Amino acid sequence: MDVVIGLEIHVQLLTRTKLFCSCRADYFAAPPNTLTCPVCLGLPGALPVLNKKAVELALRVALALGAEVQEVSQFDRKNYFYPDLPKGYQITQRAVPLARGGALTFRLAGQERTVRVRELHLEEDAGKLIHTERGTLIDFNRCGVPLVEIVTEPDLRSPQEAREFLRALRTLLRHLRVSTADMEKGELRCDANISVSVDGRPGTKTEIKNLNSFKAVERALQAAAEHQRALLSRGERVEQVTFGWDEGREELLLQRTKEEAHDYRYFPDPDLVPLVVDAMWLAQVQAAMPEPPWEREARWIRAFGLNPSEAEALLVDPVRADYFEEVARAVPNPKAAAGWVLAELGQYWTGDEPPLPAADLVALIRAVEEGRITRPQAKEILEKAVLERTSVPVLLSAAGGVVRDEEALRALAEEVLRENPQAVADYRAGRTQALGFLVGQALRKAQGRADPKRLAHVLQTLLSGG
Amino acid sequence: MTPLDLSEALRALEEKRLSLSAIVDELFRVISEREPTVRAFLTLADKEELKAQASAQKEKPLRGLPIAVKDNICTVEFPTTCASKLLERYRSPFEATAVARLKAAGMVVQGKTNLDEFAMGSSTENSAFGPTRNPWDPERVPGGSSGGSAAAVAAGEALAALGSDTGGSVRQPAALCGVVGLRPTYGLVSRYGLVAFASSLDTIGPLTRSVRDAALLLSVIAGHDPKDSTSLPVPPQDYTQGLRPSLAGLRLGLPVEYVPKELGPEVLALVERWCATIEELGGQVVRLSLPLTEYALPTYYLIASAEASANLARYDGVRYTLRVPAEGVGEMIAQSRALGFGREVKRRIALGTFALSAGYYDQYYGKAQRVRTLIAQEFAEAFQRVDLIFGPTSPTPAFRLGEKADPLSMYLSDLFTIPSALAGLPAISIPGGRVDGLPFGLQLIGPRLSEARLLSAALALEEALR
Repeated sequence: MDVVIGLEIHVQLLTRTKLFCSCRADYFAAPPNTLTCPVCLGLPGALPVLNKKAVELALRVALALGAEVQEVSQFDRKNYFYPDLPKGYQITQRAVPLARGGALTFRLAGQERTVRVRELHLEEDAGKLIHTERGTLIDFNRCGVPLVEIVTEPDLRSPQEAREFLRALRTLLRHLRVSTADMEKGELRCDANISVSVDGRPGTKTEIKNLNSFKAVERALQAAAEHQRALLSRGERVEQVTFGWDEGREELLLQRTKEEAHDYRYFPDPDLVPLVVDAMWLAQVQAAMPEPPWEREARWIRAFGLNPSEAEALLVDPVRADYFEEVARAVPNPKAAAGWVLAELGQYWTGDEPPLPAADLVALIRAVEEGRITRPQAKEILEKAVLERTSVPVLLSAAGGVVRDEEALRALAEEVLRENPQAVADYRAGRTQALGFLVGQALRKAQGRADPKRLAHVLQTLLSGG
Repeated sequence: MTPLDLSEALRALEEKRLSLSAIVDELFRVISEREPTVRAFLTLADKEELKAQASAQKEKPLRGLPIAVKDNICTVEFPTTCASKLLERYRSPFEATAVARLKAAGMVVQGKTNLDEFAMGSSTENSAFGPTRNPWDPERVPGGSSGGSAAAVAAGEALAALGSDTGGSVRQPAALCGVVGLRPTYGLVSRYGLVAFASSLDTIGPLTRSVRDAALLLSVIAGHDPKDSTSLPVPPQDYTQGLRPSLAGLRLGLPVEYVPKELGPEVLALVERWCATIEELGGQVVRLSLPLTEYALPTYYLIASAEASANLARYDGVRYTLRVPAEGVGEMIAQSRALGFGREVKRRIALGTFALSAGYYDQYYGKAQRVRTLIAQEFAEAFQRVDLIFGPTSPTPAFRLGEKADPLSMYLSDLFTIPSALAGLPAISIPGGRVDGLPFGLQLIGPRLSEARLLSAALALEEALR
């Protein structure tokens, strides 16, 4: 019994204003009903005017996915009554979407997988209902915020694959600068269709709506697959139904059956003219396209010598990727820069913005590479720079240099040999790995301010009777 | 004082033969005399307030002259009710572009005029606030849906008025009240602030006492508006410049379908008189056929009702409309709409909803759209052979209140105004003589954006038929 999954993904576009009016689109944390106007409230007599920027952001996605942009697409009205939908219809693209076709390739457990895209279209978001003890309130701030909906072909074969596809899509969207695509904030929303096929015969699909985290996508699909398998193995039929997902209790919630399905009575919105995307406009969008993550990855592997897993980790967040790029270009060893960005700086990188200016990290890495400070010193300086918000050059000048003085190193080495007779004996008995232990002890005594290579050399000389 | 038209009032002000205050006094004197019978207005400005507003506009081109506005066009000074119980207390926070342009040119809004609810009707009997009566005979209707505007102008209660024409709602009441009514090319006058009935057909047009006034008002309200996506990219134009009574050399087409025998001998004799007048003025009458005319009515009622079913979905009891409290939001919406909408509006919403339903869409709405394209082509071909098309505006003069209880017989009164509306063409109705002692309208139809030619021809016929 094979699982067949297709996704419908809604992505909130990073435009300054809404899809059909000039209200600000960044509604997150705005006081309720402060970002509205007659157009997005659907007041009598108000008319929509298409936001060109939203079209351009959607076109970026279409181009990156290799979709075929329709020269003439059209906006349709999707009719249904709901209190958060002030016009009684949603403006979307149904008959002729902005783009058709395309695909996204991503890695699943080291294997390359490709999922085809059926279509990509623009639509407006609805408002939000807020249920309180006094009754249900409506916040229309989100009303009219631009969304691009990406519909995949049923090419996904497991809940895990669906999750990884969505991650890869999120990475792409962030790199294209079209969306912050944060699922927790509802900037990336996913509906899923799933069916279980028996002996290659396609099964009946059920829909799961409003999956708002990667975990929810995977868990809900697992639950739906199990539910369908259980029905089939009992010889029962799978009904064409729509579920919601209770994220807390990890349970499918039956929302509606086939009989309750809406007739949305789509028809072309007579308030809007056909959307024409000519070759010139498309070329302008193409010229302004940020580099897609897969191209960046290939370039980094080729030019910087990164391995794929490092590249992938850096690419999750475009801010981090840009940061790495800036650092890598300014240091002698770009591959080492990856480690610094991912591991050393990574532990402090919790917010959206980098915890340290790139120039500071460059100064630090250079100091290490040039042997002016040791790695342990560098880590200390990094910690100070981040936590105390002090600049790296200031900390570097305050830090003492590395102990290079032969006499001092010799004194230190002798002290360590005296204090660790057992290790000395081990070494002399041929267990040379004891040298590493002794170097470590010496470094600790020097509080990191000694060059480990030179220390090893001095220790070795003393041990071999010098 | 005989009723002035707008251009005469303007000249009188310029030559200081009359004061603005005297003009307003005269309008209100007529209102106090006629309005108790005619009932053209739903709301009316306070006389002294209007005078104060008017005198502040004295320096502008239209010198503070008042205009009446149909109550489905948004104004900020008055409620905008659309003659519907649902919007009885609705006041728009913004004003229509056409109104804003009139005000910028120095006009003041005198009041809001009655209409068939949401402009659905041809007699102004479908108003939730009672019918308007024809100033020529209070037992008769003024036509509709802009019946209030037409009656106010005909009675001398207003110098001029704005109306809206979806399938004939400016021209037919103008014909029945013996005034001039102009439907501009679709897209020439912004629809922003016109409460939508059927967006692909709705236009705003002037109702006036003379063709010259129609040209004057069109000059103010026409021109591109970025707030309306269907607004044509045409620059403003002064239609009074170059306005000459001129028919010489023009070929005027008379479609046989616009003069069926059923119109009766009196109407047919009047049409023959028009033909003679046209030839006397140097024009040429060309008999032609527009065989698709018979499909215009069903095509119109499918398209207009389909669009209306979506446009009127926003009146749901949730926000600014009348609300009937009920258990559950679905029930609240249903009951609010059940109580709030009148019979004709409900009939058209039901028809439109059906026409868009899954499984019927192509058979009804889709087919109607294809026929609409054919009708537009038929006009385009006719305009290869003739410069303008003419005929009666409406099959009959004003009928009695309650006479057309059967909706189909009411729909037939728009038989001659609907085809050109479907094709988006400009058309004007001017007083064409008397039938049964009542005003009877002559309609002239032109190609897209031929308003200048249309107005000059209308001016020539207006003078000759007076």
